[in-house]
Amino acid sequence: MRILMTVLLWCWAVAALAVIETYEFSSPELEARYHALSQELRCPKCQNQNIADSNAPIAQDLRKQLYQQLESGASDEEILDYMVARYGEFVRYRPEMAGPTLILWLAPVLLLAAGVVVALLVLRSRRGDRDRGLSEEEQRKLQEMLEREQDA
Amino acid sequence: MAPRLKLFLPLILFAVLALFLFRGLSLDPRAMPSALIDKPFPVFSLPALESGETLDRSLLLGKVSLVNIWATWCISCRVEHPYLNQLTEAGIHIVGVNYKDDDESAKRWLADLGNPYSINIVDAAGNLGLDLGVYGAPETYFVDAEGVIRYRHVGVIDERVWRSKLAAIYAEIGGELPPSLAGAGS
Amino acid sequence: MIPEFGHFALIVALCLAVLLASVPLWGAWRRNTGAMALAPGLAMGLLVFSGISFACLAVAFLQDDFSVEVVANNSNSLLPAIYKFSAVWGNHEGSLLLWILILAVWTAAVATFSRQLPLLVLSRVLAVMGFVAVGFLSFSLLTSNPFARLIPGTPADGQDLNPLLQDPGLIIHPPLLYMGYVGFSVAFAFAIAALLGGRLDASWARWSRPWTNIAWAFLTLGIMLGSWWAYYELGWGGWWFWDPVENASFMPWLAGTALIHSLAVTEKRGLFKSWTVLLAIFAFSLSLLGTFLVRSGVLTSVHAFATDPARGLFILVFLAIVVGGSLTLYALRAPAVNSRVSFAWLSRETLLLVNNVVFLVATLTVLFGTLFPLLMDALGQGKYSVGPPYFNAVFVPLMALLVPFMGLGPVSRWKRDSAQRWKAELLLPAIAALACGLTLPLLHGEYNLWVALALVLAGWLLLGLGRDVWLRLRAAPTLARGLRRTPASYWGMVVAHLGFAACVVGVVATSQYSIERDLKMEAGQAETLAGYRFEFVELANFRGPNFRADEARFVVTRDGEEIARLAPQKRRYLASNQIMTEAAIDAGLFRDLFIAMGEPVGQGGAWAIRLHYKPMVRWMWLGAILMAVGGFITVVDKRYRRQRAASTASAGEVARGAQA
Repeated sequence: MRILMTVLLWCWAVAALAVIETYEFSSPELEARYHALSQELRCPKCQNQNIADSNAPIAQDLRKQLYQQLESGASDEEILDYMVARYGEFVRYRPEMAGPTLILWLAPVLLLAAGVVVALLVLRSRRGDRDRGLSEEEQRKLQEMLEREQDA
Repeated sequence: MAPRLKLFLPLILFAVLALFLFRGLSLDPRAMPSALIDKPFPVFSLPALESGETLDRSLLLGKVSLVNIWATWCISCRVEHPYLNQLTEAGIHIVGVNYKDDDESAKRWLADLGNPYSINIVDAAGNLGLDLGVYGAPETYFVDAEGVIRYRHVGVIDERVWRSKLAAIYAEIGGELPPSLAGAGS
Repeated sequence: MIPEFGHFALIVALCLAVLLASVPLWGAWRRNTGAMALAPGLAMGLLVFSGISFACLAVAFLQDDFSVEVVANNSNSLLPAIYKFSAVWGNHEGSLLLWILILAVWTAAVATFSRQLPLLVLSRVLAVMGFVAVGFLSFSLLTSNPFARLIPGTPADGQDLNPLLQDPGLIIHPPLLYMGYVGFSVAFAFAIAALLGGRLDASWARWSRPWTNIAWAFLTLGIMLGSWWAYYELGWGGWWFWDPVENASFMPWLAGTALIHSLAVTEKRGLFKSWTVLLAIFAFSLSLLGTFLVRSGVLTSVHAFATDPARGLFILVFLAIVVGGSLTLYALRAPAVNSRVSFAWLSRETLLLVNNVVFLVATLTVLFGTLFPLLMDALGQGKYSVGPPYFNAVFVPLMALLVPFMGLGPVSRWKRDSAQRWKAELLLPAIAALACGLTLPLLHGEYNLWVALALVLAGWLLLGLGRDVWLRLRAAPTLARGLRRTPASYWGMVVAHLGFAACVVGVVATSQYSIERDLKMEAGQAETLAGYRFEFVELANFRGPNFRADEARFVVTRDGEEIARLAPQKRRYLASNQIMTEAAIDAGLFRDLFIAMGEPVGQGGAWAIRLHYKPMVRWMWLGAILMAVGGFITVVDKRYRRQRAASTASAGEVARGAQA
C-alpha cells in the first residue's frame, strides 16, 4: 500500500512539471502538427497524460521520434501507424473510426437518433390538437393561472 | 412492450453496467500487453557489448530465448539480476539488451554481479527499445525458436512470478524447462 | 486522545444514521407519528457528530499530530496553517470525511427548512438521506479510517501535502464540488420518498426544485474552480482534459442540468413525472459512480487517489444497493400510464424536451467514452484510450445543436405557441445576432468560422433574452412594478442562460485564437507574441515558507508601455523534494498572458520558457459563475417560501382538470 502511494505521489510530481521542448522546426506548419500530434498521443507509461505534458523518459523519446519523423516528411497517418505498431491502440487518444472503436464514434449518433425518435413519439402522443382542445374560456383561465403562478 | 416492462429497462442497463464495473475491479488498467505479440522480433543491427561485433535478429533463431531489457540506471534490474543468474545456470537462454546505457558501467555491472546473458545487444540510443515498444526497464520478451515474440513481462522476474506464470509460458512456446525451474502447476 | 474522540464521534454518527434510516421509515409505514417525528432530531444529531469528528481530524492536522497516519502522509510542520487545514481533504480518508460532513449538512438543512412538508414525506426524505449516510459512514469506518494511528512508528515530521494541492483554489474546490455532488442526494431522496408514497404529483417537483437548483449551482462552481486550478497550477495552460476524474464530476452536472429543466415541466405542467424521477435517480447515481471511479482505481487518471480494490468493492456493493434498489422501486412504483396532459408541437414543453434529449445524450456519451477502455478490457478486446480529441469531436456539435432551441425557450409559452409569435418576437434578435456574429471576427484580422458561429449562437441567446426581458417589463404599467412582478426564478434563468452564452464564447475564442510558443530564453532576451513583448529581465532565487525556487522575472510591454511584471517559478519543496512549476499569469477580461518555466537548457543560464496568449479565457469561468449565480437566484423565489404543504392547485392539475 505504501509503495502504491509512493508511486502515485511520484506520478503526481511528474504531472506537476510543465514540459517544454524547444525544438526548432523548419516550418510553422510542422510545429502546429507537432503540437496537435503530441496531444493526441498518450504516454504509455503515465497515468493519463499525453506525451506533450508528460516528463517521463518514454514521453521524451516519443516526442523526439515525433519531431524527427515530422522533419523527415512523414504524414500524420504514417506517424500514428508507427506508434500504434509499437505501443498498440492504447497510444491513440483519438480512437480510429474503424474496427472495434467504430462503435465509440457511432454511439453519440445512435443515441441522438434514439432520443429524437422517442421525443417525436412523446410529442405525437401529447399533441394538443388531437385532444378536444381547450375552449376559449378554459384557455384564458389556464394562462391566467400560469401567469399568477409565475408572478407569485 | 408492456408499459410496466419498459420501466425495468433502466434497472437492466444498470445491472449490465455493474457487472462490467465488478469485472473492472480485478483488471489492472495499467497492465499493458505488448503490441508485438505474435509478431517477429524487430529487425536490428547493433553491436555486441562484449566483442563489438554487429548482431542482428538471426541471433534469436533456432531456440527459445528470453530477451531482457536492462540498464545500470534501473534499480529494479539490480533486484532481478540474481534470479536471472539462476535461470541461466539452469540452462535458460537469455539475451540482454543494454538499454540507453553506458558501455563501461554495463561491463562493470556484469563483472560485479555476474553475467546471466549469453550475449548483450548495445542499444545506446534506445531505437531497438522503441521498435520493441519498451516503456521502461526491466522488461523481458519471450521469443520462440522462429524468432517470434510470444509474451512480454513488464517488471522484475523473481522466483514467485517465474513459478506462478512465466514457467508455463516458457514451456508453452517450446522451451525446455529444467525440473528445478518447473512452474507451480506442473 | 483527540483522534480517538473523533473516531468515537464517527461511530456515534453511524449509529444515528442507522436510526435515521430505519425508525422514520418504519414510522411512515405504520403511520406512527412519534417515530416519524424523530427524523429531524436524528438528522441534527448526525450533523453534530460528523462535525465533531471532522473537527477532531482538523485539529490533528493543525497540531501536527504525526502519529495519525493521514496527517503523517499529507502534512508537514513547515506547511502554512491554511494548507494544514485544507490538507484534511487533500487525501482519500479525509475527503471522505468531508463528504460525510456535507451530506450531514444537507440532511440537517432539509430537516430545518422543510418543516412545512407533510411529516410523512419529510420522514421518508430524511430516512433516504440517512441511508446514504450509513453507506458512507461505514465505508469510512471499515475501509478508510481517517484516525488510524502510527504507534509505534510515529515519524518526526510529515511527508508534506502534495505541492499541487498547496493552492488557494484547492482549498475551496473540493468542498464546493462535494456540495454539488452530495446535494443531488436531496433530489434523489425526494424522488424516492415520492415513489415510496406512491404520490408522484407536481408537489414533489416543487419541493425538490430549490434544493436541486442549489446543488447544481454548487456543482457548477466546483467544476469551474477545478478547471481554473488546472489552468494555472498544472502549468500547461489547459483548462479541461476530459480526464476520468473530471468526467466523473461533469456527468452529474450534465444529468443535473437535464433534471432542473425537467423539474420545471413537472412542477408547472404535471408532465414527464416518471421521467423526472428517473433523472433525479440518474443524477445522484452518477455522483456515486464518480466516487467509485475516483477511488477504486478501475480507470487511470492523473488525479486519482491512492486506490485499493477493497474500497472499490465496497463502493460497488453500495452503488448496487442504492441504485439497484431505487431503480427496482422505480420499475415497480412509477406510473406506467402517462398522464393525459397535452401540449402542442410548438410550446415550451417541446423545447424543454429537446433540452432533455440533448443533455441526456451528452451525459451518456461522456459516460460511454469514459468507461469504454474498461468495457473493452473487460471483454478481452485489449487496451484503448479515449481522450480529448474524441470528446471534443462529439460534445461540441451536441452543444451547438442545443443553442438554437435554447434561444427559443425563454420566449416560448407553455402548452401552445405559434410560429408567428416567435417570428414577431425573435426575427429581429436573430438577424442582429447573425449580423454581429458574422462581422465581429473581422476585427481580429484572420477570419475564423468557428468563432463566428459561436458569436452568432451566443448573440442569439443574449438578444433573445434581452428582447424577452424588455417585452416583459414593457407589459407592466411601470418599470418598478414590472421588476417587482417578475419572479426571481425568471431572473435566475436569464442570468444562467447569459452565463452559458459567455461560456460558449470563451471556450471557442480561447481554443481558436490562443497562441502558444515554447522557447529557449535567457536573461536579457525578449520575444514578441500577439503584439506583446515579453522581456526576460533576470533570473533570481526565491525562498518560500516550505520551498525554494528559481524565478524568471519578466516585463511585458505593448507599444513600449508596460503591461505587467510576471515572475514564474520553478519550485523545489523541501519536505518532499518535489518539483513544481508555478506559472505567472496576467489576467484580463479579454486576454490572459501566461508564462511557465520548463527546465534549464544547456549551461549558459538559458531556460525553456512557455509563453501563452489566451484571449477571452476568463469568459468561460465568468460564464460558469453566472450560471451558478443564476441557480442561486432561483431559490429566492417567493413561491418556494409559501406554505408548501398547502395543497395549492398547481397549473398542471388545473390544465388536467380543464380537459377532463
